[in-house]
Amino acid sequence: MYRLFFLVHVFSLTLLLSGYVSARGTGDLGIVIERATGGVQVIETSTNSSLGRIEGLGDLSHASAVYSRDEQFAYVFGRDGGLSKIDIINKKLVKRIMQSGNSIGGAISQDGRLVAVSNYKPGGVKIFDSKTLALVADIPARYGNDDLLSKVIGLVDAPGQKFIFSLWDAGEIWVADLSDANKPQIKKFKNIGKNPYDALITPDGRYYIAGLFGEDGMAMLDLWNLDKGVKRILDGYGKGEQKLPVYKMPHLEGWAIAGNFAFVPAVGRHEVLVINTQDWSESGRIKVHGQPVFVMARPDGRNVWVNFAVPNNDKLQVIDTQSLAIIKTLTPGKGVLHMEFEPRGGQVWASVRDEDRLAVFNTDTFEQLVTLEAKKPSGIFFTSRAHRTGL
Amino acid sequence: MKKMFFVVSLLTMQTAAPIAFAEVGTARQNELLYFVKHDCGSCHGMTLKGGLGPALLPQTLSTQPESYLVNTILEGRKNTAMPPWKSMLSFDDATWIAKQLQQGLIQDTQIAESNKSAGKP
Repeated sequence: MYRLFFLVHVFSLTLLLSGYVSARGTGDLGIVIERATGGVQVIETSTNSSLGRIEGLGDLSHASAVYSRDEQFAYVFGRDGGLSKIDIINKKLVKRIMQSGNSIGGAISQDGRLVAVSNYKPGGVKIFDSKTLALVADIPARYGNDDLLSKVIGLVDAPGQKFIFSLWDAGEIWVADLSDANKPQIKKFKNIGKNPYDALITPDGRYYIAGLFGEDGMAMLDLWNLDKGVKRILDGYGKGEQKLPVYKMPHLEGWAIAGNFAFVPAVGRHEVLVINTQDWSESGRIKVHGQPVFVMARPDGRNVWVNFAVPNNDKLQVIDTQSLAIIKTLTPGKGVLHMEFEPRGGQVWASVRDEDRLAVFNTDTFEQLVTLEAKKPSGIFFTSRAHRTGL
Repeated sequence: MKKMFFVVSLLTMQTAAPIAFAEVGTARQNELLYFVKHDCGSCHGMTLKGGLGPALLPQTLSTQPESYLVNTILEGRKNTAMPPWKSMLSFDDATWIAKQLQQGLIQDTQIAESNKSAGKP
């Protein structure tokens, strides 16, 4: 019997060493952008620890990432136009290309085969093969008399091999169908409002909503009924009120939908707006500590967590989605830039940039469980995003 | 980090010696440097090469009047995403920042720091 055990043991060891068996799964892994050093830290949420770093990814100010569907690879979109494919198990850079002069974010297609990047300069979207990072399609964001290029923001994936994005300068929403990757079919929606700054797609992949910087309101597209066009929601939510200076552009993310409510940052106000998703009307406003940047629902939708623009970026506030009251104000430290919930919502990770660390909180007790060293951390991205539309 | 301090102190020396202007102490200069890189950087890029906001490189800024830059920093630009920063920055702060941007000193500091972290000379 002993001998048998021994043999099995040797056998598995051989398998491991020869690379047939992966040493670990990746479902509890994530990456944290370390903007100053141009790298990411690979972290693990089962014991809340750091597994190492992958560096040499360029200028990662305002960087974001998406995952391959096997959760082994992450695609990191850098500010300098770099697109990096990294292997988070073996902690190495697989491939890096410079695909534009200045980029803002990206998305991965429904089938996982295409990675799209939205660019400021030259304005447009480029689409790459997720395996090789070879260019598949180039979609310049031409507007006006087709002689101008717009900066592109709010790029998301949508069901049916689609990518949807908005044109900051042009005030347009484009739906690109990549069913035939070499021949993208593009449907343009014009005059959607002034300066869309970011967008979200609802977790079911049905509604695409762009926030407007130049007007008080949001532009919504029902992807199940494209022929109905873009509808304006929350029109004039700040009418007659003095807008505050906006020190940082807010972000919109699909997971700010909780139950029948969507929670979004009000631009230039110390408020979170509550939208009834049955009819997309405004159903409330919540006064908060500063200008909201990220407004994120815990995965079960019971609470919404909010961080803020400078100079109020040392705090996090938690909203109860039943009473719409603020139930907790935390002070993790200066420069709370981003937070990410574990997939089942028990813990949330926050990056505290100015203190060079990550803080992990229990989302029920609000107790800080652990703090990890990180070099000017910004975005945090867990592998569970691989299986969510719009992330 | 040492190199960063070295560059910062070089920068301080350069500005403190020949040009007599706004009184911005060394500690405040370090704060401002950090502020420009990370907070201005969220729109203009951490290396100031531009983003949603335009690039803030000496090639374009050095030809513009300093008072125009100071005014833009403090009062913002109407009908753009540039907000007024006067609630966080004084006139002296803004003047110091404008001078550094025009001379490209802030950018040099960043390059020195990022090279260091990338292990380059």
